[in-house]
Amino acid sequence: MALSVPANVPAPNRASLLLGRLARSREATLAGVVIVLGMLVWLEAPNFLSSTNVISVTALAAIIAIAAVGEALVIITKNIDLSVESTMGLVAFVVAMMLKGQNLPVPTAWALGIGLGLGLGMVNGVVITILRVPSIVATLGTLGIYRGLAYIVANGKEITTSDLPSGYTNPASQTFLGVPLFVILAIAIVIVAGLVLRYTVVGRQAYAVGSNAEAAATIGVRAKSTVFLVFALSGMLAGVAGVLWGIEFGQLYASSASGESLAVIAAVVVGGVSISGGSGTVVGAAIGALFLGLIQNAIVVLSLPQEWLQVIYGLVILLAVAMDALVQMRAQRAKARSRMR
Amino acid sequence: MSGTMPIEAVNVTDGPSGPPPVALVGVSKRFAATQALSDVSLDLLPGEIHGLVGENGAGKSTIVKVLAGIHQPDSGEVLLDGKPVLLHGPAQARSLGIAVVHQEPRLFPDLTVAENVFIGHAPTGGFGSINWRQMRQSADRIFESLSVHIDSAAIVRGLSMADQQLIEIAKALSIDARVLILDEPTASLSAHEVERLFAIVRQTRDRGVAVLFVSHRLEEVFELCDRATVLRDGLHIITAPTSEFTASDLVRYMVGRAVSLFPRSTARIGDMLLDVRGLTRVGAFRDITFSVRAGEIVGLAGLVGAGRTEVARVLFGLDHADAGEVLFDGKRVSFRTPSAALRAGIAYVPEDRHLDGLVAGFSIAENVTLPILPRIFPHLFIRASRERSIAAGYIERLRIRSTGTDDLVEALSGGNQQKVVIAKWLATNPRVLILDEPTRGVDIGAKVEVHRIISELAASGLGIILISSELPEVLAMSDRIVVLHEGRISAEIPRAEASEERVMFAATGQFAEEASSGS
Repeated sequence: MALSVPANVPAPNRASLLLGRLARSREATLAGVVIVLGMLVWLEAPNFLSSTNVISVTALAAIIAIAAVGEALVIITKNIDLSVESTMGLVAFVVAMMLKGQNLPVPTAWALGIGLGLGLGMVNGVVITILRVPSIVATLGTLGIYRGLAYIVANGKEITTSDLPSGYTNPASQTFLGVPLFVILAIAIVIVAGLVLRYTVVGRQAYAVGSNAEAAATIGVRAKSTVFLVFALSGMLAGVAGVLWGIEFGQLYASSASGESLAVIAAVVVGGVSISGGSGTVVGAAIGALFLGLIQNAIVVLSLPQEWLQVIYGLVILLAVAMDALVQMRAQRAKARSRMR
Repeated sequence: MSGTMPIEAVNVTDGPSGPPPVALVGVSKRFAATQALSDVSLDLLPGEIHGLVGENGAGKSTIVKVLAGIHQPDSGEVLLDGKPVLLHGPAQARSLGIAVVHQEPRLFPDLTVAENVFIGHAPTGGFGSINWRQMRQSADRIFESLSVHIDSAAIVRGLSMADQQLIEIAKALSIDARVLILDEPTASLSAHEVERLFAIVRQTRDRGVAVLFVSHRLEEVFELCDRATVLRDGLHIITAPTSEFTASDLVRYMVGRAVSLFPRSTARIGDMLLDVRGLTRVGAFRDITFSVRAGEIVGLAGLVGAGRTEVARVLFGLDHADAGEVLFDGKRVSFRTPSAALRAGIAYVPEDRHLDGLVAGFSIAENVTLPILPRIFPHLFIRASRERSIAAGYIERLRIRSTGTDDLVEALSGGNQQKVVIAKWLATNPRVLILDEPTRGVDIGAKVEVHRIISELAASGLGIILISSELPEVLAMSDRIVVLHEGRISAEIPRAEASEERVMFAATGQFAEEASSGS
């Protein structure tokens, strides 16, 4: 009882509270950063806000955002999906091939492509939940396998715009009420996924599994079905992203979308989804994708060296995770201190 | 070895005449609401085995951790050879010759025995490379001197608990420890292994090492120790040669305190709910038979490791029994999963805070409804209003202090978090509620609140199994007390006949008759 509590408690406490609040509104912070960065680029290069440039920035960002929504679901359950880029590439190529060879109606080819993505995601889910392979290893394996399948299917060939139905790539540059079609689709997907996460039993359970899988099991949450589901969805959304990739580029190789997993995961992490599971939103992941798209475009319009892109993506991941760790540490210390009092 | 130890010159043959190699003087330590140690003094002498006894929570582990450099005292001093030192970490304590063998061996399972013995101070050759041959030979020499046979090249994973314990001791000897602290080392050993361990501990003592032997098994203290210190509620009660104690003295020193009473409304005891018959799980407990009626609180008392939590885990479907049966509501049940137990109407609030599984980023409402989501929202969509009204009911009933159902649980105090945990399990609408150490780590005010809640729940007709290491709590709350000792029931005591001494005797494996006759 005679023990005294150190008097210098409040100051660090306030600082960490502020950091904590900052972390909680990660989406708002990031959106602010995107706007400020956009304005800076615009001042340097006025054609940044030309409609063609805006459409090209947002089209790619929308593709990454859609894949990032799936990735966010996976990371919320404390797993990771490294195979998204291979799924995107394989789906993009197979869809184009079906349109070229089989002369399938376009919507049918799209549906089959998305179904293929779903199937690949389910394979990930089976390997992880039934064969009990940790997701980082399982999806590292399928990252290679799915890419390998693309090479086998392509058999050394590529597909060019002339192989595809005429006007196939038009939707990439079309707008509805001034908003690019890709962006409308991405927003719709973000809204649906966001509602599912927030207002359904499954969404709630996904957070619980990511926060503490063992404890979730003791209260009857079926962790495995939840994990299977998020991987299936991640595959499906990567399939959607793959279809859009084909529309965006029109020119497809077995190696299409290589390296995009880095962008997708970076978007999710920058968007405030904790890599240790249990927290974050798909809105954050989507804004993260926009942020990365902006950086990529800034490099182009400011004619900076292209080679720096991957370095910047990597740095962004490291910075975001390091910041999270810092915020968490501060918060924990503040909590420990307030408990002592 | 580093060779920079400032106190290497001490000659152990000086015996008790010089200052003791290690002493605590007036040490106090406080954790949040708990005063773990107040003004405790203790000296360890070379060539002596010093027993440290006390109930769970008496402060034994805190003393071990202070000496190991894991905790720093709030006030008071640690003296090494009469000089005050500040132990700011385990590595430093080790370098000063204080070796600790923890209750659970803390070895690296994928490394070899020799590597574990010399972890952190492996003999090195040129360019700092590890001299494997010398390391193995040195380890062999240590084991030889203890006359035990352990292959120093073997991988630790898969070795028995007893062998791992010996490796810990070898580790201590490898740094030429002058002080050896054994924290309940016999908890997981067989009788034969205990004998071997004791021989080695005696041998170590005879080399002039000061040994601190922490135990709650009184017979071991009498067999092994030269002196003993009793702690109770963080206070030093007595230190004397073991020859001057009887078992009943020790028990009285351990429990002798004013019993504070908790509110306990008397409930009408109803029908049989849970009937456990001859339940056995190999390696955990044997032949456990007891029953719980509606409205009844059955206390499960016993020392840490007696098998109380293990019984609860089986009843809740987390583990499975090897023999015996459980009748729930007159029907034989055997739950394969916790979900099955929950559906049947058994809920278990675990001791392990990690398993409580409050989701830190969730609100009170989201946490409370987590186990029942599929049941209350069968159509998949969550209606926030329904969820809030459920949570609001529990906030009122359990008096959870908060600004509302949307408060994040991480913002609540420990006691209120514990109430949210209880609310979460109550939401499953159980008929039998198992509470494992429900008041551990919560402050005294919250404790009384939790007791009031338990009491009201029983009054509303729940059958309650209360596992607690705090004797006053068990005595005040329980209608009946089932005492476990080393995996068996050693006594079943009705409320009217229960006393701290009786429970403690049963928990330490002694019987009142024997102890009073002085054996």
